[in-house]
Amino acid sequence: MIKLTVNGQPRDVEVAGDTPLLWVLRDSLGLTGTKYGCGMSLCGACTVHVDGAPTRSCITPVESVAGKAITTIEGLSPDRSHPVQKAWMEIDVPQCGYCQSGQIMSAVALLKQNPKPSDADIDAAMSGNICRCGTYPRIRKAIHKAAAGASSQTGTEAG
Amino acid sequence: MATSPRSVIGDLSRRGFMKSTAAVAGGLVIACYLPGCSKPEEVAKQSGPPKMIKANAWLQIGTDGSITMFCDKSEMGQGVYTALPTLLAEELGVDPTTIKVEFAPPGNEYVNKLLGAQATGGSTSVREAWDKIRMAGAEARTRLIAAAAKEWKAPPQSCSVEDGYVLFTNRRLSFGELVEAAAALPPPEHVQVKGHNEFKYVGKVLPRFDTPSKVDGSAQYGIDMRLPGMLYAALAQPPELGASVKSFNADKAKALPGVRDVLQTSSGVAVVADTWWQAKTARDALDIQWAAGPAAKLTNASIYAGLKTASGGQGLDVRKEGDVAAGWKENTRHVEATYELPLLAHATLEPQNCTVEFRDDGCHVYAPTQVQQMAQSAAMKASGLPAEKVFVHTTFLGGGFGRRLDVDFVPAAVECAKAMNKPVKLLWTREDDTTHDKYRPPARNTLSGAFDGNGKLNTVKVHLVAPSITSRWAPGAVPQGTPDPFAIEAAHNFPYDVPNLHIDYLQHEVGLEVGYWRSVSHALNCFTVESFMDELAAEAKMDPVEFRRSLLGKQPRWLSVLDAAAHKANWGQPPAGRYQGVALMSGYDTYLAQVAEISLDGDKLKVHRIVCAIDCGQMVNPGIVQAQAEGGIIFGLTAALFSEINVVNGKVQETNFDKYRLLRINEAPSIEIHLLNSDEKPGGMGEPTVALVAPAVCNAIYAATGKRLRKLPIAKQGFLI
Repeated sequence: MIKLTVNGQPRDVEVAGDTPLLWVLRDSLGLTGTKYGCGMSLCGACTVHVDGAPTRSCITPVESVAGKAITTIEGLSPDRSHPVQKAWMEIDVPQCGYCQSGQIMSAVALLKQNPKPSDADIDAAMSGNICRCGTYPRIRKAIHKAAAGASSQTGTEAG
Repeated sequence: MATSPRSVIGDLSRRGFMKSTAAVAGGLVIACYLPGCSKPEEVAKQSGPPKMIKANAWLQIGTDGSITMFCDKSEMGQGVYTALPTLLAEELGVDPTTIKVEFAPPGNEYVNKLLGAQATGGSTSVREAWDKIRMAGAEARTRLIAAAAKEWKAPPQSCSVEDGYVLFTNRRLSFGELVEAAAALPPPEHVQVKGHNEFKYVGKVLPRFDTPSKVDGSAQYGIDMRLPGMLYAALAQPPELGASVKSFNADKAKALPGVRDVLQTSSGVAVVADTWWQAKTARDALDIQWAAGPAAKLTNASIYAGLKTASGGQGLDVRKEGDVAAGWKENTRHVEATYELPLLAHATLEPQNCTVEFRDDGCHVYAPTQVQQMAQSAAMKASGLPAEKVFVHTTFLGGGFGRRLDVDFVPAAVECAKAMNKPVKLLWTREDDTTHDKYRPPARNTLSGAFDGNGKLNTVKVHLVAPSITSRWAPGAVPQGTPDPFAIEAAHNFPYDVPNLHIDYLQHEVGLEVGYWRSVSHALNCFTVESFMDELAAEAKMDPVEFRRSLLGKQPRWLSVLDAAAHKANWGQPPAGRYQGVALMSGYDTYLAQVAEISLDGDKLKVHRIVCAIDCGQMVNPGIVQAQAEGGIIFGLTAALFSEINVVNGKVQETNFDKYRLLRINEAPSIEIHLLNSDEKPGGMGEPTVALVAPAVCNAIYAATGKRLRKLPIAKQGFLI
């Protein structure tokens, strides 16, 4: 039995400890928003947060994240209200959409660390996430938009 | 679905409302709108469920006013889930966002008239839907109006529709109230679609209807299927293309946790387990002896040597104008070049998968497929059940690009579910996917040109040599003696004014299965034709844009996109240290020109900017058009820079994204799309921008270095990226 905390909820799973977190999330817990793309940490489709850090769940043994806070796309907001999700909708980023959970999780982690990323910062943080449909121009635009929205919100609060 | 999914419907004029035989399940449901009430929360509840009435193959209207569209194209990112309901809503007179969209089952009524099969591909979705779906909406609207007019004893031409109501003076009736009466009326004699100036939704940027579900993880792809009691399967396929199972030992695999069974299938050996990771782990522990197949000796060298030898022959005529032999002989200033293009994989980010469950009524197949009837046929063969007992449910597709026009991932899933008598989800690994694709064909194209004494282009010969995809995919579909239409694209419509022109296509099979890959032969032939036009321009000592312009006097749409791209890209005046290249194409009834801007630091290539001007006729949703143009450019640049499948002794060498490199955000250029206004009929936009990138970038490299690239990918031609 491995004790996990997923999206704030305690979850116990009966799996081999070396099972990648990705398959525990998808098959044991039914959280299918996190996607399988490569299994080798090459495409980023499986990105989740572990204690806030973007993590490729496809190569993360589940036993290594026991007791840590795991956040998946389903746990980002209950109603698509996270500023990154809102920016993604405003820019209409997704095409096939398969990579977008991973893209969004990487973008959220970037903005948490760096609320006002430059294009070079975006390149560095997002280059691990492949989009085969080629939504990169819109991903970049949406990250800038989310950053601008968040900073103007902060401005309002400060004012 | 309430009505039989296989009911075949006659032509549109006779296509009446078809009453469903059963109401929607689900107990107490909202019944109907009260006259005068427009908000759902004001709707009265009644005890009976609403009746669902099928207006035609694509449209169902409930007595509760609900509108459902059966979308006969698969959503793989190209936006049909938004664009097709928009067309229906425009004519019907409802807000497109209120339409519930379901993917249509297999059925002859859903055969794509532009492809002759129930298929999503060839950038046909909007082109084929344009008349068909608008007529379906207009026919239903005409009937609803007729029903209301009859009720009010009013002239139908004085009635109008708005947001799900028929209106006349200060009266109105909802579609839900009218639908039963409308269904009882005889077919309308005259159905009129809206004029372009009457469009309320068509031509506007509406947000995609699938975006919300794609930002919160709730969108259901094939890989996400979950059914009660479902087992998972991983499949060992022959490492060498075309090999088959000789024998296998499953002892080790069967001893591993969670393994339910090991099954020989028609395409390999499957392990079925409680979780996919267990199945995959056990699959890797299988000991399989493979019997070599016909591709056992196949290597890159043999593939390209075969193409070279074949290219000595003459193919089937595609176009023959003027007197090429005389033109060639009399005009001795010749330019000749041979171009070679590699095999490519599709690399959909969602690997191939299929989920199957046998129930009392038959076999249910859940698949991310571009071809519902072919998936059904494959499942019929694998299950032994007739069509009426095989149900295909289409999920969202995590990328299609032509890969899912093949159904090779269906049979083993059916076989496993049948053997286990439980639902089974079969999923390929990334490595399975890359090594068992239906690859984009390679090609070897030779082009020749002759200038006359005045420096005018006199003769052009285009000799295309490549395998035929269609002869594999739809045997017998291409009439004997005629070229595969999907092998000659972007060559057959050579637009440049030249007195003597000969284009021929020689089919040469290379010993492995080839498939339709986004933009298909446009990517092969646009590269060769537009690279060669640049070579001719250099020989003529003319600017590449000016040279093309001088030969496009009779081609206004080609000329206008070329001029627009050149203007927007500031052609001829790139920033210091940068170089430009141009390419031009028409495909899918769309006209495009691209200008690429690059720089070189030694061998290090950077693509900075791609400007693309597009005339795709009437747009249904310019936002989606722009997104497809952008994405296509990234897709085309990936292939131009990096992509190549290599075969050694029948075995594909590329396995995962470390060896089959895909473009990343830090490598993506700035992209500028310029959409020209046009009232022409809609052109396809899922694919065309892909094909222009390689020639535009290679022509820019020539401008920078004087070096012609006649082979792809660029990364293998001495450049670092």
